[in-house]
Amino acid sequence: MCLAVPGKIVEIYHIDGLAMGKVDFGGVVREACLEYVPNAKVGDYTLIHVGFALNLISEQEAMETLAMLNEIASLGGEDPSADHNSRSRFASEI
Amino acid sequence: MKHLSEYRDPGLAMGLLADIHRTITRPWVVMEICGGQTYAIMRYGLDQLLPPEIELVHGPGCPVCVTSLELVDKALALASKPGVIFTSYGDMLRVPGSGRDLFSIRASSADVRVVYSPLDAVQIARQNPDKQVVFFAIGFETTAPANAMSVLSAHSLGLENYSVLVSHVRVPPAMHAILSSPRNRVQGFLAAGHVCTVMGYWEYEPIARQYKVPVVVTGFEPLDLLQGIQKTIHLLEEGRATVENAYPRLVTREGNRAAQNVINKIFIECDQKWRGIGLIPGSGWRLRSEYAHFDAEKRFSIDQVKPEESPECIAGQILQGIIKPHDCPGFGIQCTPEHPLGATMVSSEGACAAYYRYSRKTLVPTDQVGSG
Repeated sequence: MCLAVPGKIVEIYHIDGLAMGKVDFGGVVREACLEYVPNAKVGDYTLIHVGFALNLISEQEAMETLAMLNEIASLGGEDPSADHNSRSRFASEI
Repeated sequence: MKHLSEYRDPGLAMGLLADIHRTITRPWVVMEICGGQTYAIMRYGLDQLLPPEIELVHGPGCPVCVTSLELVDKALALASKPGVIFTSYGDMLRVPGSGRDLFSIRASSADVRVVYSPLDAVQIARQNPDKQVVFFAIGFETTAPANAMSVLSAHSLGLENYSVLVSHVRVPPAMHAILSSPRNRVQGFLAAGHVCTVMGYWEYEPIARQYKVPVVVTGFEPLDLLQGIQKTIHLLEEGRATVENAYPRLVTREGNRAAQNVINKIFIECDQKWRGIGLIPGSGWRLRSEYAHFDAEKRFSIDQVKPEESPECIAGQILQGIIKPHDCPGFGIQCTPEHPLGATMVSSEGACAAYYRYSRKTLVPTDQVGSG
């Protein structure tokens, strides 16, 4: 139920006094309510749950998280118990 | 897809797993609150990549699973009324009531419609002025802003044929209930990232202090989950019961104030019954008196319902992390996703359905964990 999907805001407009917009989910475009992201701009990434944007995705925080994960990965090398089987499992999901 | 595929990188996942394997020195029991996280853990097989010392138990964060049987029976009674269009998120249609479900009463001519967003239900009300449209407003804090906005929107549009059957639940009181139980085994929590996107995580700080458990705000992609688990294991090993945020690209301590304002405008805290668990004080939201005319329970007379749960179903103990789905004698035999005895076998986020789908029918022998 709490499934929420990231997407890119491609258009912002108003219907019946509500801020609405078109959000692109990697090629699939759907309408969403943008009332809860009052600072949203076209081009921002947001998280959509049951047709509502719950927040904007912070590019800065995303970059810092990925930098930290890269640092952790560079520290320890490969753990012998986490082998190629799990690699293929993840790769198949991408 | 940006902000999705980066968090499925196998190399970075190996790095986190290696760090977890290096850090852990003893057994720990960690609960992921959210059913969406349970599903992702099973889907990506994360439980089988972790050290055998980590036991993941699955929390009550599946709204379809915990919506009380009484409310499901009321939904069935409302949907059966002539002149009513009953609208619901799709997950609820196959949840068993006392005998029937919304799917089966739709087959016998009730007008039950699945909506993607509660604003779609408002739209159906505008398009059908001669019908009464009822929306089954279930969900945790994540879904409350959408459900609340539908009421606000119907109010400002002056719609008199829209109402909601509300069954809202909140995470922090459920954590209190789990941690104060004498049977509690949970030593650390992965807090639900999308609940926290809305509400922030300040509410978890007193819980971490009171019960001396670390709480880590965690997202839903494989790297998000592994990072949440990694931070939790570090805090447990260091003996630190604090709240940390492993999902900062979406979650702040304060959460989304605009969403909280609309929730607080429409809803007020109330006691709530959780299916399989029972009454948890202060764990729900109901409509404020100013919006009580949108309450479907007040608008329609509903005959007294007599909820009767399947005697075989032990979902309540599963939702509290006391037992695992495969400990249930009915699991995969009398109870399957096609013929569920309880709600946890219905929703994809229900622990029983996730175990069934991904074949966690027996415990993985510990000597095989992580060996590929």
